[in-house]
Amino acid sequence: MSTFEIKERELTFGEAIKEALAEELRRDPLVFIIGEDVAEAGTTFKVLDGLVQEFGPDRIIDSPISEPGITGLAVGAAMTGLRPVVDIMFGDFLGLILDQVVNQAAKIHYMSGGKLKVPMVLRTTMGAGRRSAAQHSQSLHAWLSHIPGLKVVIPSTPYDAKGLMKSAIRDDNPVAIFEDKMMYKIIKGPVPEGEYTIPLGVADVKRPGEDITIVATSSMVHVALEAAAMLSEIGISAEVIDPRTLVPLDKQALINSAKKTSRAIVVDEGYEQYGVTAELASVIADGAFYYLDAPVKRIGAMNVPIPFSPALEDLTIPNATVVCEMAKSLCGKN
Amino acid sequence: METIDREELLHMYEQMFKIRTFEEHVNELYMSAKMPGLAHLYIGEEAVAVGVCEALHRDDYITSTHRGHGHCLAKGASVDKMFCELLGKEAGYCHGKGGSMHIADQETGNLGANAIVAGSAAIATGAAFSSKRLRNGRVAVCFFGEGALGQGVLYESMNMAQLWKLPVVYVCENNLYNEYTHHSESTAGSMTARAEAFGIMTVEVDGQNVREVYESAHQLIERARQGEGPGFILCRTYRYLGHHVGDINRAYYRSPDEEKLWKAERDPLKTLETWLLANQMADSGIFDQIQKSVESEVEAAVEYALNAPYPKPEEVSQHVYV
Repeated sequence: MSTFEIKERELTFGEAIKEALAEELRRDPLVFIIGEDVAEAGTTFKVLDGLVQEFGPDRIIDSPISEPGITGLAVGAAMTGLRPVVDIMFGDFLGLILDQVVNQAAKIHYMSGGKLKVPMVLRTTMGAGRRSAAQHSQSLHAWLSHIPGLKVVIPSTPYDAKGLMKSAIRDDNPVAIFEDKMMYKIIKGPVPEGEYTIPLGVADVKRPGEDITIVATSSMVHVALEAAAMLSEIGISAEVIDPRTLVPLDKQALINSAKKTSRAIVVDEGYEQYGVTAELASVIADGAFYYLDAPVKRIGAMNVPIPFSPALEDLTIPNATVVCEMAKSLCGKN
Repeated sequence: METIDREELLHMYEQMFKIRTFEEHVNELYMSAKMPGLAHLYIGEEAVAVGVCEALHRDDYITSTHRGHGHCLAKGASVDKMFCELLGKEAGYCHGKGGSMHIADQETGNLGANAIVAGSAAIATGAAFSSKRLRNGRVAVCFFGEGALGQGVLYESMNMAQLWKLPVVYVCENNLYNEYTHHSESTAGSMTARAEAFGIMTVEVDGQNVREVYESAHQLIERARQGEGPGFILCRTYRYLGHHVGDINRAYYRSPDEEKLWKAERDPLKTLETWLLANQMADSGIFDQIQKSVESEVEAAVEYALNAPYPKPEEVSQHVYV
């Protein structure tokens, strides 16, 4: 019997996102992309390179520099039969579009008693480390996760990014996707060719383990995996679990993991104060209370505006050493 | 110029009278503590909503404002479902979940009233974007007050509408006051020049004259429908009552004489009635007849809404997501 070695295809995080968008643009003529420099430039991160050549400028639309205007235009287009994907270059620009997202998109279905719906996707970026300073580096996904009516997707791998993006586009609700800009080119992983989707609201265990649960989102999943590798060298088996979507949230998966390991740390790149880590830690503390051997700990971005100087910026982002040290301390190993 | 026949003019009179009667009952319900929340009345501005909406097709879109009852009714909403919504009842347009400031009615193309000033400027523009893309021939009308001229998103929207020749008409109701502040204290320069700067076809009309509003609206709406780009109509009008029902002592921001003048000399209902009589297109009997019929319709609707059931508690968590 002969054996074939089928090498899995690998894509970068950015390539996987582009492939998801291209497939959905091909599948559904109602889908279009609008944003600043999304067409010929392919976005400032070059993630959409080539789409305008295939789909034309009527479906890959370069907009004026008017974030509230294009977001609101997408809300209106979504209410009347189209399926827009809005590209907001930097997550920091959420500050400009919050009215359209929070007061309009999120509430229209409810305020209309279920008559109107807003099937739109808001793509934006997050993540520090690019030396882009305080207004181009924040991770503000907690803001939108606070608002009922919105769904929030925060992928960590190329595989997840593609499957979740396709589900987001097919969803009849407004869905925000936060893409860590540091992962576009650096993170590579297997992405099967052809059709698949990942349902919103299903967490994924990125590494199974027995002694401690590390819940992590977006690029922090890779930080957590690095920490888990360090921990295994000293005999601590860490389970890394990625919620993949903050709304809806797969609470049970987080709780079950913490019940199994009896310890948990939550790592997320949003500011630590009032952040995603607080919500997830509370879910675990509440749901797994009688099984826990230690308080649930959390690690977020430092509560400072993100500084420019590399010497300072790196201090503000959670890293594997910090996660590892906290895990050791929870497991009584230091 | 579009000629309007007698039947159409009498229908406009009926629609304006319906809005006024509706709003008088809202005032009464509010003052007798039967209506919760806020109420921003449209009395005095009826000719704007009616003149514009009569120039629209049923499946054309509108977006409305916090002062939106008139727009909804003019676009074809029924008074009983409107009152039910205002009273928070299950049978309301939005199951009582929207209320006075958020009435939406898909059946009549009403994409919703909006409680954020200029909040629907981009939404209406997006609806026009859909119409163009789907080639369905629909036009979107965006109603807003002159207070919205202070909001940036309006200009972002007008820029895109002209850039992409979208079928949208922006209707600015200049009732002189941004809440309790005269527009001269908030708005520099010319109002129409704002739209003209984008190259948008712009007209200014007497918003108390429904025939004039209709004629301009018809022209700009059909032009937009033909793919010739957006329009902007500035309507000079007047809010007879306060910013909201509780705004009773208004002398600190506008004089009682000014209010009297508009009511006595520029009333949209009287203006149309006088014109129809002078042109021998109607006798006074027909107005009595319309008034009686509208009054009984509105009174029956109030009665119906007062007795209608509230939504069930389980409704509170429905429709957060599709």
